[in-house]
Amino acid sequence: MSTVVETHNDQGHHGPPKGITRWLFTTNHKDIGTLYLWFSFLMLFIGGAMAMVVRAELFEPGLQIVQPEFFNQMNTNHGLIMVFGVIMPAFVGLANWMIPMQIGAPDMALPRLNNLSFWLLPMAFTVLISTLFMDAGGPNFGWTFYAPLSTTYAPETVTYFIFSVHIMGASSILGSINIITTILNMRAPGMTLMKMPLFVWSWLITAYLLIAVMPVLAGAVTMMLMDIHFGTSFFDAAGGGDPVLFQHVFWFFGHPEVYIMILPAFGIISHIIETFSRKPIFGYSSMVYALTSIAILSFVVWAHHMFTVGMPLAGELFFMYSTMLIAVPTGVKVFNWVATMFKGSITFETPMLFAIAFVALFTIGGFSGLMLAIVPADFQYHDTYFVVAHFHYVLVPGSLFGIMAGVYYWIPKWTGIMYDEILGKLHFWLSFISVNLTFFPMHFVGLAGMPRRYPDYALQFADFNAMATVGAFIFGFTQLLLLFIVIKAIRAGKKASSEVWEGTQDLGLEWTLKSPPPYHTFAVQPEVK
Amino acid sequence: MKESKKTIRNLLLVVAGMFAFSFLLVPIYDVFCEITGLNGKVTGPSELSEIDIQTENQREILIQFVTHNNEYMPWTFKSKKTQLLIKTGVQQEVFFVFENTTDQDMVGQVIPSVSPGRGAEFFHKTECFCFERQTLLAGEKTELPVIFIVDPALPLEIGSLSLGYTLFDITNQVSKQQKVASL
Repeated sequence: MSTVVETHNDQGHHGPPKGITRWLFTTNHKDIGTLYLWFSFLMLFIGGAMAMVVRAELFEPGLQIVQPEFFNQMNTNHGLIMVFGVIMPAFVGLANWMIPMQIGAPDMALPRLNNLSFWLLPMAFTVLISTLFMDAGGPNFGWTFYAPLSTTYAPETVTYFIFSVHIMGASSILGSINIITTILNMRAPGMTLMKMPLFVWSWLITAYLLIAVMPVLAGAVTMMLMDIHFGTSFFDAAGGGDPVLFQHVFWFFGHPEVYIMILPAFGIISHIIETFSRKPIFGYSSMVYALTSIAILSFVVWAHHMFTVGMPLAGELFFMYSTMLIAVPTGVKVFNWVATMFKGSITFETPMLFAIAFVALFTIGGFSGLMLAIVPADFQYHDTYFVVAHFHYVLVPGSLFGIMAGVYYWIPKWTGIMYDEILGKLHFWLSFISVNLTFFPMHFVGLAGMPRRYPDYALQFADFNAMATVGAFIFGFTQLLLLFIVIKAIRAGKKASSEVWEGTQDLGLEWTLKSPPPYHTFAVQPEVK
Repeated sequence: MKESKKTIRNLLLVVAGMFAFSFLLVPIYDVFCEITGLNGKVTGPSELSEIDIQTENQREILIQFVTHNNEYMPWTFKSKKTQLLIKTGVQQEVFFVFENTTDQDMVGQVIPSVSPGRGAEFFHKTECFCFERQTLLAGEKTELPVIFIVDPALPLEIGSLSLGYTLFDITNQVSKQQKVASL
């Protein structure tokens, strides 16, 4: 009882408290980053399991495994969880870990708010997923929750769904306010905006997009709530409203949202390509301007998601050309990545493999996006598997590969232990092959006219669907390998040096820290020249 | 720290502004539809009378009437004429028949639409049952008019206009609104 010896070190280098309260009450950006990443990893498996149900049902024509009602719930929740529960939190987790370390700040600007932003997320997803166990069933109206499917015809649990979207929105908004405040006010002396690492730049822009559009999403679900419970008629034609209005409000949020899910990946990939090409990134300032112009353009293209609802010709032309315009800054980025690799002395460690796959496969997704932007062609492609193939190409080998690349790139820094390179390469190749096996055939069945969101399909689509299902199961189980690799890189293995990768000392402040970095870093801000 | 406070305040203002903007999208959308004639939207009663409208360039056009019942709306709802050859610039009157075939009092609302949408702005209604909701007692039957004038400025390539009327059952919504209002 009297043998408790207090060793207190007030140098600002004390470690974290022990036990569960470390995670519940933490205000440390590294801990919160870790929490975000584990949360999104858990959600990846939950959302992934739902995708497996969908793919298993689609393995062959006819209804074998689940009822259509349950199929719709799986489809919807898969989309909602992957968008709001996996991709977005994973990027916020990387932002929490890396932004303070990359700009030489001791922590985020609002550490307690940071804790709140994270802990709102498990609440939101508990509410959302709990609806699946209720009698009325979970949301079944697609992740885009178009009215009147999500109002007049929605299951009673839609109110839980609305509430959980509100909480997710609050979490994202608070997180973004924190990130912007940190980046604008806490950079190391001498780090001007145009000297910021590209990952920080990409997050600054993303955070601005988030605070601009998450309130619009909150507005859309609030209008739904009022239509359902308070007798208003925002989306109900009987009371003078218009269901098409819902699509406009939703996609005004929804299109910037798709850039929210890809811009941070652009930042990560830029760092990885310059590291493993051993050349500084080609065209830094054009990268920044490209990011900014993509973000601005994202606000004037939303109606390309709804060409078929009936729009004046002038409107269709405007949205078609503005959408195609986005290919220009995106093309600049792809060009710069390739130009960075050109004549570089490249090595192919796992993060680089994921980065190169990102450049190639994201570009495929970008091209199918251009095809969808063509109005007359879109009338054929609309709501087919071609659209499914398109957005999975930009989200899985795009955003998700970007996240995985970032995890491989920075995990030796976080844990101080090198991940297993052989297993990492195995994980990459299995993922790369299976992701293409899953999503490439969807282009073909989509062009042939297979509609999305149905549990059954015509016989002629059977072969390609069987291929996609096989690919999906390989991809799903391959991610268990990633879990194993991550756990291994936390527990034991080859120690990582502080620069981790050759020549990174000049690339960013995070590489000047020890691996793993102390619990508190940059208590004294470094000078950037 | 002072700078951070200023940044946070500005960002919170953006958030509040964008939330307000999402609701502002509703009237913006309505105005936009009215200007472009999108969705064939015809709004409230027109102030125009025969005198205001130019009588030059009058021509004959065909007006067709289509009536639908939305979903489970059980009323009988018919136009007395299915089509009418009219002269532009001349006021016309057409009657529609409503019958509540159920044994319950109900409230209905008719939503109009003009097709092609570009013709909507030349179609002026001075009186229409669609401007207000209709309450019919159980078994009640009534006839209500639409009085309209077509502007002779109607583009030449439009030779006929279709008037679509959809009847919605809003009994539940009305009781919901009354509940909220009485809170």
